[in-house]
Amino acid sequence: MTRRTTIAVALDGAGWHPAAWRDPSARPTELFSTGYWIDLARTAERAGVDFLTIEDALGLQSAAFGAADDRTDEVRGRLDALLIASFIAPTTTRIGLVPTVTTTHTEPFHVATGLQTLDFASRGRAGWRVQVSGAAHEARHFGRRTLAPLDLEAVRRGDSALLRELFDEARDAVEVVRRLWDGWEDDAIIRDAATARFVDRDKLHYADFEGAQFSVKGPSITPRSPQGQPLVTALAHQTIPYELAATSADLVFVTPHDDSQARSILDEVRNAELRVGRTGRPLSVLADVVVLLEATPELATAALERLDAEHGAPATSDALIFAGTPEALVERIGAWTDAGYDGVRLRPARLTRDLEQLAEWVLPAFDRADAPGATLRERLGFERPANRYAVEETAA
Amino acid sequence: MTTTPRQVHLAAHFPGVNNTTVWNDPLQRSQIDFAAFEHFASTAERGRFDYLFLAEGLRLREHKGRIHELDVVGRPNTLAVLAALAAVTHHIGLVGTLSATFNEPYELARQLATLDHLSNGRAGWNVVTSSDAFHGANFRRGGYLDHGDRYSRASEFVSVAKELWDSWSPDAVVADRASGRFLADDAIEPFAHHGPQFDVAGRFNVPRSPQRYPVIVQAGDSADGRDFAADHAEVIFSRHSVFEEAQQFYRDVKGRLAGRGRTEDSLKILPAVTFALGDTEAEAAERAREDALAQVGPKTAITVLEQVWGVDLSDRDPDGPLPEFDPDPEASITKGWAPRYPNAVQVARAWRARSEAEGLSIRELVIAVTGRQSFVGTPASVARELDRYVQERATDGFVIVGTTSPHGLDEFVERVIPELQERGVYRTEYEEGATLRRTLGLPEPTQIAEEVRRVG
Repeated sequence: MTRRTTIAVALDGAGWHPAAWRDPSARPTELFSTGYWIDLARTAERAGVDFLTIEDALGLQSAAFGAADDRTDEVRGRLDALLIASFIAPTTTRIGLVPTVTTTHTEPFHVATGLQTLDFASRGRAGWRVQVSGAAHEARHFGRRTLAPLDLEAVRRGDSALLRELFDEARDAVEVVRRLWDGWEDDAIIRDAATARFVDRDKLHYADFEGAQFSVKGPSITPRSPQGQPLVTALAHQTIPYELAATSADLVFVTPHDDSQARSILDEVRNAELRVGRTGRPLSVLADVVVLLEATPELATAALERLDAEHGAPATSDALIFAGTPEALVERIGAWTDAGYDGVRLRPARLTRDLEQLAEWVLPAFDRADAPGATLRERLGFERPANRYAVEETAA
Repeated sequence: MTTTPRQVHLAAHFPGVNNTTVWNDPLQRSQIDFAAFEHFASTAERGRFDYLFLAEGLRLREHKGRIHELDVVGRPNTLAVLAALAAVTHHIGLVGTLSATFNEPYELARQLATLDHLSNGRAGWNVVTSSDAFHGANFRRGGYLDHGDRYSRASEFVSVAKELWDSWSPDAVVADRASGRFLADDAIEPFAHHGPQFDVAGRFNVPRSPQRYPVIVQAGDSADGRDFAADHAEVIFSRHSVFEEAQQFYRDVKGRLAGRGRTEDSLKILPAVTFALGDTEAEAAERAREDALAQVGPKTAITVLEQVWGVDLSDRDPDGPLPEFDPDPEASITKGWAPRYPNAVQVARAWRARSEAEGLSIRELVIAVTGRQSFVGTPASVARELDRYVQERATDGFVIVGTTSPHGLDEFVERVIPELQERGVYRTEYEEGATLRRTLGLPEPTQIAEEVRRVG
């Protein structure tokens, strides 16, 4: 029996091509309105997309890596991703909702309860894309610490001290958040009239975390959510992030550009798992790809060239840019799953048009059957995590 | 010709995490499943309430060094649940309590602006502050905010947030395909603020929302709190529900507005009130008594007493007399409750005097001082009394607190709301597309920031 291919779609603005908002199919004046997001979510849900990710950041978008820009020809401004996901939750029934939430300047306590609440509102379909912020201008928005400008060379070499600090903090944040998620055992609420107790405090547990950037006492103010722990995901391009994913995440997005990279990146992920001593289920690995789909290769190339011309330069991306036919994309995905990948996260170049193309021509090529009412974890074949505190009790 | 009577404004308080909520009532359901919030919101919207209101507590309460077990506990993240409710409601305001101590302006301003976009202009923010290390233990900043700095932080926080909300021009997004311009020139004004609490600069990343600012709500009661309210608040969530006190508070706060160039109508005062209804006055009184007994069980009575006395009193008989000794004013065995009894010795003496004079046991005394329902009567008499408070300027309306989750509001909506509508003092329909600010009858935010920009 072949494994079910995981298919995620990444939502961001008008799409992943910087000129996407100028495409005739785009709805650029509606990027901050509810109808736009609900339409996208429902289209993806009907097509059987497993989950949506929603991009976010604590500053304006920028074409410059790690720095602000003044461009007015690209989409700027965005709504808070966790709140968009929360809004989408009651208007959908099956699709997973995985907002990006930054760990660098935010409060782990609020992050934990926010994602738990998304899990309640979606009845078990919440996830989290963990992200760090290394941008000095975003740090200025908070004014609590000064970040030196990112040394791009050091980042490329993989020995950036700042990167190390940010990812250590992200690891701590995920640890705190998971402890808070487990802070209430599933049966902590007892409503015991005989003893007049609503809750059994022996089933509530302090997080008691002390780290370099923050300490958190706990427990969460929010009871354990339907999935126990929402699904934790991260995007990773190199050693430090691979190790964060291996330590902290359930699922990782990576960016192979060809078959040989696909193999070497997967090897790196598995090596990172060994290095950090990961136990339990190995990371689910999804290949990220920017997709632009048309009926023929020529039409797809022409569409990409048109967008590039409007942009004034060929678009670049950390992920492979795939401009081609739906059939070729299905083959591409098949090659990755043959290589050991669990699936893909598709980043539509033109959000409205390419999501529709995916729904109509790509998703039907994959088995999308799943149990009604399934949680995101169930849909992707993950166990509901045992509560660490309840486990300790049993073992004692 | 008669003048139009003053209109009653109503907010619906989601049943709280405290002993007001009777969790062993047969009507009590989950207080955390989203269905509870959906039911509550749709009931409040059916009752044409101005807004629904969520309190917030950022740490589980502790009593005698351990987590308190007797009350309903466990609640959602305020912003996330309000964003979800925005999708299943159409008219009602969504007001959340959010701490100015344990948030930072850039992040909270963008979350509130997002909520305002998602709800088409129905967002409100109850600004609270906290200075204690108990709550601080869950957050990066810890608990080092001086008590006296609470309102200066809140005030500076709101000022920074307003600067952020003003920084996008109203027509920033042009999205003109032909010219390739997504943003207009000078669409986003850079912000910079250098103050004692915040030293921040940069550019905001959420376009201006329908209301521009969420409606600002405030609940503090000290002189500083009243000044903060006069500077920033558009609604005061007040504790003064006894008529004379309420009238006095109303005059005091409204009197502070003129000095700040504000009209009386630019600030609504809504006290929190509970209710008990019956077909007759006697039946209502009996229900009020039943509710009070359920809210103040024997163990809760002892807990309340321990909060005042500051010592373990678990060996006391709740049906017996109050302790004969005075509290230790330094002792504190409770954490996470708002400080209810700042002068414990005085409170204890008053309680003891009353219990002796009226022959009240511990539990009866606690019911008498904490458990009283604000409005008890038939639907018609309760509506008449609510109306009187508003007409005689003791208040502009009320925050209604039910006793069960999520059905505590149902009876009020089914029986009292029609009476208010019959009296001509409460809306029968929402105005289509109205923002929360408009529903509340509040003026639009001042244009100061824009004038400053034009001059600058």
